Amino acid sequence: MRVNFTVNGRQQEADDVWEGESLLYVLRERLGLPGSKNACEQGECGSCTVRLDGVPVCSCLVAAGQVEGREVVTVEGLADFAKQRAEGGGCASGACGTTLQNAQQWQAGGTDSQTGEGTELSAIQQAFIDAGAVQCGFCTPGLLVAADEMLERNPTPTDADIREALSGNLCRCTGYEKIMDAVRLAAARQSEAV
Amino acid sequence: MDFLRPTSWEEALAAKAEHPTAVPIAGGTDVMVEINFDHRRPEYLLDLNRIGDLGEWEVGEENVRLGASVPYTKIMENLRAELPGLALASHTVASPQIRNRGGVGGNLGTASPAGDAHPALLAAGAEVEVESVRGSRRIPIDAFYTGVKRNALAADELIRAVHVKKADGPQQFSKVGTRNAMVIAVCAFGLALHPGTRTVRTGIGSAAPTPVRAKAAEEFLNAALEEGGFWDNGQIITPSVAKQFADLCSAACNPIDDVRGTASYRRHAVGVMARRTLTWTWESYRGARRTIEGAA
Repeated sequence: MRVNFTVNGRQQEADDVWEGESLLYVLRERLGLPGSKNACEQGECGSCTVRLDGVPVCSCLVAAGQVEGREVVTVEGLADFAKQRAEGGGCASGACGTTLQNAQQWQAGGTDSQTGEGTELSAIQQAFIDAGAVQCGFCTPGLLVAADEMLERNPTPTDADIREALSGNLCRCTGYEKIMDAVRLAAARQSEAV
Repeated sequence: MDFLRPTSWEEALAAKAEHPTAVPIAGGTDVMVEINFDHRRPEYLLDLNRIGDLGEWEVGEENVRLGASVPYTKIMENLRAELPGLALASHTVASPQIRNRGGVGGNLGTASPAGDAHPALLAAGAEVEVESVRGSRRIPIDAFYTGVKRNALAADELIRAVHVKKADGPQQFSKVGTRNAMVIAVCAFGLALHPGTRTVRTGIGSAAPTPVRAKAAEEFLNAALEEGGFWDNGQIITPSVAKQFADLCSAACNPIDDVRGTASYRRHAVGVMARRTLTWTWESYRGARRTIEGAA
């Protein structure tokens, strides 16, 4: 079957999709966007977290056919998504969002992969780098999407709010303290900027 | 496999009538796990996401009509006053990502004894609105669970909504697990005080082949509260009454040993949760009563 949906602000089409396939599989294997990670395939780990019509979900538990006509934001489009949000949203020109090609080639590298310098990152991505919240990096994309959504909803979260919002994302390096630091840092920078 | 995408409730019923083996999928948090792990290869998947009505709720005089696909997040955010027990239970479901997708219809459809919504629905009192092309009917929640992961639905029926009685008194929900998030209940307990009818209702999860009420415990407590004039005098519950209630709740369990816990642990924990939730709700009832009557 064919599935038409919006990924990172751009219309995409996936062909030859098997009916029992997950959104995660479509993103990774059909559209070449491996940022969303595949681990538990049962909604336990949160590493495949994307936004579906604005809401964080485990993409491994969304059937591909269910996203027909709907909007998905993946970690590859997070920087552009956050930038657009900061500029007040809206997309009258139709030229915002992230093209599939840019999304496929997206990396945090820039001119210096240690600091992220030279790349346009979302506040939460920069904070993860600055706070040392990335170890093996496997859980990072899901955490970024979940944390970014929480900060959008709740710009001044308590530690309990952060723990709750990230309770569906597992880090098996167990780097949770640095991850907490990163989200606090992003929240602090966000409130300074206002 | 075929993916059926009805855009209206009528179309969905027609599809289910034509393909009774079709597996309904809404939040997907149960169905997709089974497909991902190759435990299930249904001939047809019946997607219910395009039927907007299923994601809506209405607060009426006596009941809340909760669409089958209203996600747990929405229940927590919007129905805490009307359905406090269910809102508390919703908050213990898995993680934010899962609560954004899953809803009570799926919990009922799967009918796992460990489903978090069941104890709250049993305690509050609820009816499940199901429909097929043959017509619509309401199944009382007490008659809905028929076995381990079995329910009273006919092959051509779909769950449309749940009608839950609005709280007329304090409600509580308690769940045992190894951590707060992402936990399948070792066992769970829901309790609702109904001062209007001077009754108490309970719901036990994950400690019997189906979710069950502790009916003998309810009857004992109803009689003890009536006899002691507790509803009127607002006295604290006598410890011996609380203990007897807890013991009877334990006795209502018919648990098994499994990876999450032993049968004897479950029986014990249900008793502890019964006593605690009774204390919490009763203290809350006494507090509200004092405020209403203006006595210190």
